[in-house]
Amino acid sequence: MGIYEISLGTIVCINIIFAMSLNMITGFCGQISLGHAAFYGVGAYCAGMLAKAGFPMYAALFAGMIFAGMTGLVVGLSSLRVREDFLAITTMGVNFLFLGIVRQQDFLGGELGVSSIPSHGMGKIGFLVFVMILACLVIAWSHMIKRSWMGFAFDAVADDEDIAQVLGIDVGRYKLVAFAIGTALAGLAGGLYAYFARFIVPDDFGFITSITVLSMVAVGGIGSIAGVVIGTLLLTLMPEMFRFISDYKLLIYGLLLFGVMRFAPEGLAGLIKSFVGFICKKRAAL
Amino acid sequence: MLYLELLLQGLIQGSMYAIIAVGLTLVYGLLRILHVAHAGLFALGGYVGLLIFNETGSLILAMPLAAALVGLVGMAVYRLCYQPILDRPPYVALIASIGLFIAMEELFRLIFGPYGLTYKNPPLQAYVNLFGIHIRAAELCMVGASITLLGVLSYLAQNTRIGVACRATVEDPEMAASFGIDAIKVRYLNFFIGSALAALAGIFVSLLSNLVEPTMGGVPSYKALAIIVLGGLGNVKGTLIASLVIGIVEAFGTIYIGNLLDRDAIAFAFLIIVLMIRPQGLFAEK
Repeated sequence: MGIYEISLGTIVCINIIFAMSLNMITGFCGQISLGHAAFYGVGAYCAGMLAKAGFPMYAALFAGMIFAGMTGLVVGLSSLRVREDFLAITTMGVNFLFLGIVRQQDFLGGELGVSSIPSHGMGKIGFLVFVMILACLVIAWSHMIKRSWMGFAFDAVADDEDIAQVLGIDVGRYKLVAFAIGTALAGLAGGLYAYFARFIVPDDFGFITSITVLSMVAVGGIGSIAGVVIGTLLLTLMPEMFRFISDYKLLIYGLLLFGVMRFAPEGLAGLIKSFVGFICKKRAAL
Repeated sequence: MLYLELLLQGLIQGSMYAIIAVGLTLVYGLLRILHVAHAGLFALGGYVGLLIFNETGSLILAMPLAAALVGLVGMAVYRLCYQPILDRPPYVALIASIGLFIAMEELFRLIFGPYGLTYKNPPLQAYVNLFGIHIRAAELCMVGASITLLGVLSYLAQNTRIGVACRATVEDPEMAASFGIDAIKVRYLNFFIGSALAALAGIFVSLLSNLVEPTMGGVPSYKALAIIVLGGLGNVKGTLIASLVIGIVEAFGTIYIGNLLDRDAIAFAFLIIVLMIRPQGLFAEK
């Protein structure tokens, strides 16, 4: 494996954690977030600053996670006030607010960002293995949550808040839990990104990043764990695959996003499901 | 004097937001879609207007022609992009719209180049003295045009059969249909008018900066989304007031808290505060 493949693998794993974290909020609990990059950024900045202050990696990553989760909890409170499209725009606003604050703070490096973040000291392959293990843990944990009582409650909230309330599910509490877990995981992904890139600027965590991660979730299939992993793989590797037409890669990206939503609104997971269903039906007919 | 000047700047900016946001809110009122690609049509208007002006040298010709052309493109966007996915959950149309917007931006970049185009000899650049404050003619025209256009529109909506049909369809689509109103026709008309207005806004903005560039749709579009939410989503009158309010808040904010937050962040911070107090927006009907 060359350096290129190793760093590509690391980025894929970080993105899987990031996409999984949004899937927790948007996929499981049905709360649209257009500002997820803000929490990714909170984690990255927190971990990066602590690392520069001399804290060990595990402490910095953990602190980034907790800090992002706490910010997420505060933003989650807004989901108790506003719903659906209003929530989507509120979270988008949170993203712009985060950027606006970071850009104007000198101790966070302003426009120039945070540079020379210390190395993780694991070597490139060691870090890849570390991130891979974390990604697998996050996937496994998502599975556990989906099958647990909490997963069912999330499902009910996503389906119809009012009915969930009538059934005796504490809608507000589950929304907050989803936001806290989801944003904490985003913070973890952000911290890992800070250690990976060792140089972060505000624009890494802008609205475009929020859209990209939402696209990974939606193209894969909202709520489906395998789908989100496939969607993340596809959208992370696609720009690399289309390198030979590098000038057109964003155009293709946009068209793909549009095409998947237009022709397969349930994402790739839905597409595969209906394809399997089609094959099975044919078999039964024979 | 400073206050008056800031107020005026806010109103100028606000009237630009208003022309963009009215189209968005019309679409939302009818279809419950956050139409991000609207910003692509705004940029398209800027390009078409500039090209026609540079060819013919007549702004009087460029404006209506660009508006009509972009209006037709808007109708095509509805037919090809939104109509087939109307019965899907709202995020499907939202992401499809974002994909379309990215693709449009990239097309502009590939066709017209990344650095944008400029007017050969930009019209309306003279300064006008208004109560001791110097305003550019283009700014004055923009305010005048937005007042006239929106005034005419509201007159038509109140006093013509098709205007009444539009309002009825927004109010209660099924009841309107049972009275023989063709909902599809109403939607086409709305997309035409909204897109034509966005095109005019694009021309005015490009006149102010003497530049059309691929990314010019970005910031105004996100802000227009914030504005229609602030105005109560789908409420035209609320949207107009919200546009002016955001324009003024930004003008004062950049002077007084500009070192804490940048311009975009101020608008969104205001939005979030208002939504936490009034989750249904400033001017919701109920």
